[in-house]
Amino acid sequence: MTALPAASPKKLGLVIDLDICVGCHACAVNCKEWNSGGHAAPLTDFDAYGAKPDGVWFNRIHTFEAGEGAAGRTVHFPKSCMHCETPACVTVCPTGASFKRAADGIVLVDEDKCIGCKLCSWACPYGAREFDSQEGVMKKCTLCIDRIYNETLDERDRVPACVAACPVGARHFGDLGDEDSPVSQLVAERGGYGLMPELGYTPVNQYLPPRPSQARAGCTGATALPVDDVTPARGFLRWVDRLLSR
Amino acid sequence: MTERRIVTELHQAPAPVSGEQVIDLSPQTGDTVKTTTCYMCACRCGIKVHLKDGRVRYIEGNRDHPVNKGVLCAKGSAGIMTQYSPARLQKPLMRVGERGSGEFREIEWEEALRTATLWLSEIRATDPKKLAFFTGRDQSQALTGWWAAQFGTPNYAAHGGFCSVNMAAAGLYTIGGSFWEFGEPDWARTRYFMMFGVAEDHDSNPIKLGLGQLKGRPADNRAKFVSINPVRTGYSAIADEWIGLRPGTDGLFVLSLIHELLKADKIDLDFLVRYTNSPWLVIEAPGTAEHGLFARDAEGNPLCFDSICGKSVSALAPDLAPKLIGDVALPDGRKARTVFELMVQRYLDPQYAPENVAARIGIEAETIKRIASELAHAAFEQTIEIMADWTDWAGRKHDRFIGRPVSMHAMRGISAHSNGFDTCRAIHVLQMLLGSIDCPGGFRYKPPFPRLIPMPQLPTDATGPLQPLKGPPLGFPLGPEHLLVDDAGKPKRIDKAFSWEAPLSCHGLMHMVIHNAWAGDPYPIDTLFMYMANMAWNSTMNTSGTMAKLADKNPETGEYKIPHIIYADAYYSEMVAYADLIFPDTTYLERWDCISLLDRPICDADGAADAIRQPVIQPDRDVRPFQDVLLDLGARLGLTALCQEDGTPKFPGGLKDYIVNHQRRPGVGMLAGFRGNGDQDGKGEPNPNQLERYIENGCHWRTEIPDNAKFFRHANADYFDWAIALGLKDLRDQIVLQIYSEPLRKFQLAGEGFGAKLPPEADRPRLRERFDPLPEWHPPFGEEVDQAAYPLHALTQRPMHMYHSWGSQNAWLRQIQSRNALFVNRETGKQLGLADGDWVWVESPHGRVKAPVQLMEGVNRDTVWTWNAIGKRKGAWNLAADAPESQKGFLLNHVISELLPPRADGYRYANADPVTGQAAWYDLRVRLVKCAAEECGETVPQFPALKPPLKRPLDLLQYGRKFRRDRNRR
Repeated sequence: MTALPAASPKKLGLVIDLDICVGCHACAVNCKEWNSGGHAAPLTDFDAYGAKPDGVWFNRIHTFEAGEGAAGRTVHFPKSCMHCETPACVTVCPTGASFKRAADGIVLVDEDKCIGCKLCSWACPYGAREFDSQEGVMKKCTLCIDRIYNETLDERDRVPACVAACPVGARHFGDLGDEDSPVSQLVAERGGYGLMPELGYTPVNQYLPPRPSQARAGCTGATALPVDDVTPARGFLRWVDRLLSR
Repeated sequence: MTERRIVTELHQAPAPVSGEQVIDLSPQTGDTVKTTTCYMCACRCGIKVHLKDGRVRYIEGNRDHPVNKGVLCAKGSAGIMTQYSPARLQKPLMRVGERGSGEFREIEWEEALRTATLWLSEIRATDPKKLAFFTGRDQSQALTGWWAAQFGTPNYAAHGGFCSVNMAAAGLYTIGGSFWEFGEPDWARTRYFMMFGVAEDHDSNPIKLGLGQLKGRPADNRAKFVSINPVRTGYSAIADEWIGLRPGTDGLFVLSLIHELLKADKIDLDFLVRYTNSPWLVIEAPGTAEHGLFARDAEGNPLCFDSICGKSVSALAPDLAPKLIGDVALPDGRKARTVFELMVQRYLDPQYAPENVAARIGIEAETIKRIASELAHAAFEQTIEIMADWTDWAGRKHDRFIGRPVSMHAMRGISAHSNGFDTCRAIHVLQMLLGSIDCPGGFRYKPPFPRLIPMPQLPTDATGPLQPLKGPPLGFPLGPEHLLVDDAGKPKRIDKAFSWEAPLSCHGLMHMVIHNAWAGDPYPIDTLFMYMANMAWNSTMNTSGTMAKLADKNPETGEYKIPHIIYADAYYSEMVAYADLIFPDTTYLERWDCISLLDRPICDADGAADAIRQPVIQPDRDVRPFQDVLLDLGARLGLTALCQEDGTPKFPGGLKDYIVNHQRRPGVGMLAGFRGNGDQDGKGEPNPNQLERYIENGCHWRTEIPDNAKFFRHANADYFDWAIALGLKDLRDQIVLQIYSEPLRKFQLAGEGFGAKLPPEADRPRLRERFDPLPEWHPPFGEEVDQAAYPLHALTQRPMHMYHSWGSQNAWLRQIQSRNALFVNRETGKQLGLADGDWVWVESPHGRVKAPVQLMEGVNRDTVWTWNAIGKRKGAWNLAADAPESQKGFLLNHVISELLPPRADGYRYANADPVTGQAAWYDLRVRLVKCAAEECGETVPQFPALKPPLKRPLDLLQYGRKFRRDRNRR
């Protein structure tokens, strides 16, 4: 079994805004594209043009409905590795292949050590692990470790591919271990939360809940229009003597 | 201007930790980066393509590009898989089997071009209109339309007729602009945003950027986002309020909002008087040919009644105090009333009261009243002022722009109904009443819009053998005199565009071409030449019937009813099997293109812009860019404008040559940037180094509009000066927005039997009823079926991660979706005894298709829907014969007829809006019949499997393997 490093002050992760995610899959596909040639490449695809197309993805979007009738809503929920503070996927690993980086908290798989036993995928309650059966190793979100520090990229591009691509701007990246960091402040301001905290793995990634909706009467500050018994003839009168200038 | 607000931080690479895996934190992405323009949909975002040893390593959004500001959608991010799609055509093909069998032999380009030249030269020498040239989702209409005109055929159009011509036409005849390419919400400032109908399929990244920006505003400046859509998916899911109305009733909803606003006098009267034709006088002379037309002076100027001088004067003069209510006696003694009075009289009628329309729309009357009050509140109590010194059209100085921060966007959901033209006009009238056209926080034009209303361009008929058209094939009729019909009223175009059946069909009626050509109505043609239009599958109504028509023979002669079909496409789409001659096109990464201001511009509300594509990789197949082929073909045919005087090609360098050197008028070419010696914007001599300059600039060009020219551009002299200098505009006249449309009234008068050019008797009722100078709501034609027998509306939407039929060949995108279900409201499903996973027959009066069911909450109870174009024909796109796309994916197109039920004399009109000819996809009504257990599992109808002349792809795909190996070796 693999030991976790001493808790690092730096906890890099993602903040995902469920108020504006439209479920377009841009983050998932851009992730697939970057990582297909990246640190954990390839992200193998099986039966690519056949009956059961399936492949390795580090980020997947789940769309579902919650509530019924007028109370119902449609939720788009992107999900990838949470880079937990105490990830069971690491502690169950028999070889040390699954590990949490001491310096930034990113959870990775060292493929040279991975024996493909899949214990980590059983241990992960978020379903974030992706087994590449062709390569015989487990793969997962790397938080784009080959982008975020990459000195060959423009500084503005040193963010995970999913963050760079997201067209609505629903994805943010930073140090969630530093409570003064911009992402931590965003989480505090919007009441962000980690997924399934009751399991005790302390996910680093945070989700921002929908802002209060403005569907009810009065939400925008508008009051009802004056009730006026306007027949066409009476309605016209008020415009008859209006002096207007073109 | 949209901007994305994301929070990110820069972190320095930490030192390696002993015992941890050593990771290369700074690998080189590739060896080369090239900019170009995406074409994974019609959005035209800027991209940066990273290449490694000539292979595409990574495609990302170009941060400097005006359309997408660096973001990229799922489609764009999957460009690699389309670039290397196994469905790519390899070489020109000549049909050897029967049409539809898909049996071809590979031929050389010379044979392909010679064959086409032979067919087309004969047509041109005898009757050029026997060539029907229609392009699909092509983005080079400025070239293709021009080519058709040089050839001499009026039978040209692109896909606009089955897409969104209702929006374009309604906008251009009303406000001189429209949505998407023509205008956008002021995302940064609007306080109230209404989105009507499906919008996922257009302007995808700009809308997403805009919605993100709008929703992310601080608490003291929040905007409300209302989505009006029978289905709550995609953008509707993040709306503050979802109004799941009954399909086709949006217009009634809007007119009821107008009713409420008029009743409460919550309208911007100053705006109406200054900027719209509401004070113009309309002649009241029932039973005469002038009834309902504008009263005009001797110069033809419309009149209004000036309260100060007490008489009727030109309504175009400044500083008038126009009367709005009350009869006016014209100098000739006739009576007139103002547009304003006609409008309020119409819309104050109790028939539009919320209580009287709510049931039909399927929402509460209270909701309509509340939305009206919220609109009024946002427009008149959250007014924005932007301080800027600007000069109006009459030379008067102003120190601020006053904004009514209410904005709207509408697209396919409105457009694809047979009442869509008037619904869209109603939306524009609502915008005008609120004073929210081109103001801060409102709807804002994108240059070169606003244009004159309508644009001064008329459709042109054929001139004769060997003659080019005297103008463009498509245009904007002002009245019956501009129709393309003969003396008997018979259409002159193969698609019957600009006929009495569809007078304002400014984008043609592509969805009728195959039927009409097959039926020889109004005449037979010789060659159908199509580009990038999957007309044998998802781009047509009545898919099975259309396939049969493409392959149908004249029983007497044994010849095909459509004698020749030439088709150009990059991929093995379903249409390929129905062509005689195939020109294989390149992918978007292998070609030059220009995204021109003469075409569908990529400007934004704050600037003018255009862009190019450059080849970032070389084709590995014997394919050619279609536009190069078209220019080559034109030169071989000897088209005057495509040849030098000695007969040699004028653009031997193909499209690249044409982009740089072709001039539409002196100084104005395909690209507006870097003209002359490289420093001229808009107008200037062709610059031989222009494309190099574009490439240096990231393959795009943009110029910002000065701050004093950014609003009220229909009446802003500072904007006029800027636009004229850039060659976007010629006149300094105010563009008066048209609440009341005189061209519509002229057609209505023809229907009433007045005018020099009169329609056949049978066409008159439609002209009388549907050509209303003020927008009116009519039930869609689809409602005329037996509603008890067909109780449900049926719609499609395009998923954000797929673009029409293109997505399924993409190994990554098809993992997101390779099948589609019919979505049914949970309550409705319960009543029908349906559960998830059941199969149903979806039956319309036209036919039936079998589909799997999925229940959901967020859909109007009387509506079922599915994703568009996921279903594929077996074998098409080089997918395996057992691919779910052909087993579990289905097309609703099978149950939509391209024709309406017969009228009294047996004639069947197109299933289209009677004004514009817009294909009425969403008028469909169906019933569901649960399948027996033994019927479940596979969609029906099925067709014989296509057998593409292409290599079967490997099942295992490890695209990036080599990149990693190379990196490890480094």
